[in-house]
Amino acid sequence: MTAADPTYTSATISVLVDNEAGVLARVIGLFSGRGYNIDSLTVAPVDDSGQRSRINVVTSGTQMVIEQIKAQLDRLVPVHRVSDLTQLGPHIAREMALIKVIATTADKRAEALRLSDAFRARVIDATVESFVFEMTGSTAKLDAFVELMRPLGLAEVSRTGVAAMARGTRVI
Amino acid sequence: MSTIAPTAELPATAAQSGAEVLLRALKDQGVEVIFGYPGGAVLPIYDAIFQQNAIRHVLVRHEQAAVHAAEGYARSTGRVGCVLVTSGPGATNAVTGLVDALMDSIPIVCLTGQVPTHLIGNDAFQEADTTGITRPATKHNYLVKRAEDLARVVHEAFYVARTGRPGPVVIDLPKDILIGKAPYVSPAATPHRSYRPQTEPDSAQIGRAIALLKGAKRPVIYTGGGVINAGDAASAALRRFVRMTGFPCTSTLMGLGAYPSNDPQFLGMLGMHGTYEANMVMHGCDVMLNVGARFDDRVTGKLSLFSPGSKKIHIDIDPSSINKNVPVEVPIIGDAARALEALIAAWEADSAKPERTALAEWWRQIDTWRAKDSLRYRQSMDNGAVIKPQYAIQRLYEITRELGRETFISTEVGQHQMWAAQFFRFDEPNRWMTSGGLGTMGYGLPAAMGVQIAHPDALCIDIAGEASILMNIQEMSTLAQYRLPVKVFILNNQYMGMVRQWQELLHGGRYSESYSEALPDFVKLAESFHAEGMRATSVDDLDGVIRAMLASPKAVIADIFVDQKENCFPMIPSGAGHNDMILGPEHEGGATGVSDDGLALV
Ligand SMILES: Cc1ncc(C[n+]2csc(CCOP(=O)(O)OP(=O)(O)O)c2C)c(N)n1
Ligand SMILES: [Mg+2]
Repeated sequence: MTAADPTYTSATISVLVDNEAGVLARVIGLFSGRGYNIDSLTVAPVDDSGQRSRINVVTSGTQMVIEQIKAQLDRLVPVHRVSDLTQLGPHIAREMALIKVIATTADKRAEALRLSDAFRARVIDATVESFVFEMTGSTAKLDAFVELMRPLGLAEVSRTGVAAMARGTRVI
Repeated sequence: MSTIAPTAELPATAAQSGAEVLLRALKDQGVEVIFGYPGGAVLPIYDAIFQQNAIRHVLVRHEQAAVHAAEGYARSTGRVGCVLVTSGPGATNAVTGLVDALMDSIPIVCLTGQVPTHLIGNDAFQEADTTGITRPATKHNYLVKRAEDLARVVHEAFYVARTGRPGPVVIDLPKDILIGKAPYVSPAATPHRSYRPQTEPDSAQIGRAIALLKGAKRPVIYTGGGVINAGDAASAALRRFVRMTGFPCTSTLMGLGAYPSNDPQFLGMLGMHGTYEANMVMHGCDVMLNVGARFDDRVTGKLSLFSPGSKKIHIDIDPSSINKNVPVEVPIIGDAARALEALIAAWEADSAKPERTALAEWWRQIDTWRAKDSLRYRQSMDNGAVIKPQYAIQRLYEITRELGRETFISTEVGQHQMWAAQFFRFDEPNRWMTSGGLGTMGYGLPAAMGVQIAHPDALCIDIAGEASILMNIQEMSTLAQYRLPVKVFILNNQYMGMVRQWQELLHGGRYSESYSEALPDFVKLAESFHAEGMRATSVDDLDGVIRAMLASPKAVIADIFVDQKENCFPMIPSGAGHNDMILGPEHEGGATGVSDDGLALV
């Protein structure tokens, strides 16, 4: 499982599970126990009664490993459905980030604001020397914005991890 | 199972305690025996056990042994084995057994006591995070936090343990749930909400498999423990399919007995200590049909050298076993019996003729490999000659066969285990209990105990090493209590022989800590446990001791002194391919060519 393998890719996998005690530990334990990567992981109940949760996990590996990950997830008893969004076709994957920038000079503050505008980040907290931006988008877009903020006084980042779904009418 | 017929109904009153509801659910699941050990957290269950006699309790002497005994029971009967242990140390002691059952796909339900719900997380006396500890050690586990979940969870646990790829399931039972009242519900008639393994094979895949098999010029059928787990129907279908195709058949350690070992189409076990012909056939085949085996590293050797020229068909009930280590052309997900039956029907329905001429040529090639006689060893028959371990097993096999009694063999782990697999021949499934995946020393004695409980009139023999047997030797006391006439046949080489062998071949003969120092006198040890002790020190004694052991109505320890230097061959050294076996001590080069990568393997 090396990045040198030509089939090495990233995959966004959506797992519908029974919302029972220990189910997240089971999924995480599977990844750590078998040496799979977790690049991002989110979980929350997704139905009215709170009985089902959706786990979104972004992982990477060779195609053989990714198939293995799906098969291993699928055989966990509380798992209802495993869907590989990357393989199923066009999909949307979004995450949200809170980004704190401490900028004491006027030109850095101005530049941070200008960039946030360009990236459609919202200012949700401001003091005379700091901003907190809220931003939603693809992982790559968030990464790019965080990088731009670094020289301007990036102080702290908090990210939600990816939520994902198929485009169009398809329901996973 | 004549001795454990249910004799009394459990009272079915409305207001039952959790412990009573638990026992009722176990009974409804067909449990006849529980292997267990009491403690504070499970006293309510023991109290309920005391007040009924539908379910028999077998008191072991260590919780690890309870799980191995349940494994022996399960594997020899095809039923779910049941274990009961207390919280904390009871549960942690059971963990090795659980992982053993997980690796070998043995259906077990293990009930663990737990501190009362309001104390969970408080580091209470004998509290352990049992569900946390056993999560990677089980197929699934449950913590029952509400009385109304209890009966449903028990039924579900049995369903999960036996369905799909079988495995161990833990139910953690807080004491307040056991004491308080709980409602009873019957097993659900509806399918499980999320766990529904596919058992019916896909017919298109069966068709693709048949096309490959019909065109095969150098085929092999490679079978594993999955055939045993799929029940007698699977073994019967395997036999039919092997015979109708005329293909050679080999088996993993776990699959022995599914196909009769004495049949000419059987090549013997494959893998690290498999026969030359089995491994050469795997290496040289053009079509491989894997039924219920998992391309384990003991079987494949170095993956990049594994069966390089073959198209592979893999039947497995567990989709995660397919394409895990070895990519295959035709995956077939389903029950081994159903898949084999579908293959039989499709083979018959297909008009294409198999490659008879090529197949005859393949068998001629196999015969030349067979002629190497890779399991050969030399036993001197001179007076006082040292017993070769292989000869001891061979005689044990021949003499038990003469007796014609139903015979079950378990083993510990080490050289003796491999010799048992090579020289004891099985013609029926479910007669062979060994720790394959985890390789747990100390497995064999409790496993034999569990088999003997299930088959009181059968001959149950643990083929042991002198080091392994000490790991669960306390179970001799259980044998005495229940008058279980298990025979312990120790191949005593005064070494952790398998360790010694690797040290000889791979570590310059530096026998670090592998000598069995300060061994007990096994004859006296047997006697102190109310069993019979015997000893054979030379080839002159061997047959006499075996016959006396088999004739004894009691539990026996037979201490068989064997050659201390004997190594287990053939051997594929770690990191080598199937076509690169060491055939014997005279084999030039030995394991000197093992690479550093190979050294890092276990
Ligand atoms: C619980 C456990 N600890 C350690 C090992 C490693 N191990 C494998 S075989 C072996 C030696 C077994 O010696 P013995 O029981 O005398 O069998 P022999 O190989 O001599 O036949 C050891 C220590 C193991 N398999 N299981
Ligand atoms: Mg030994």
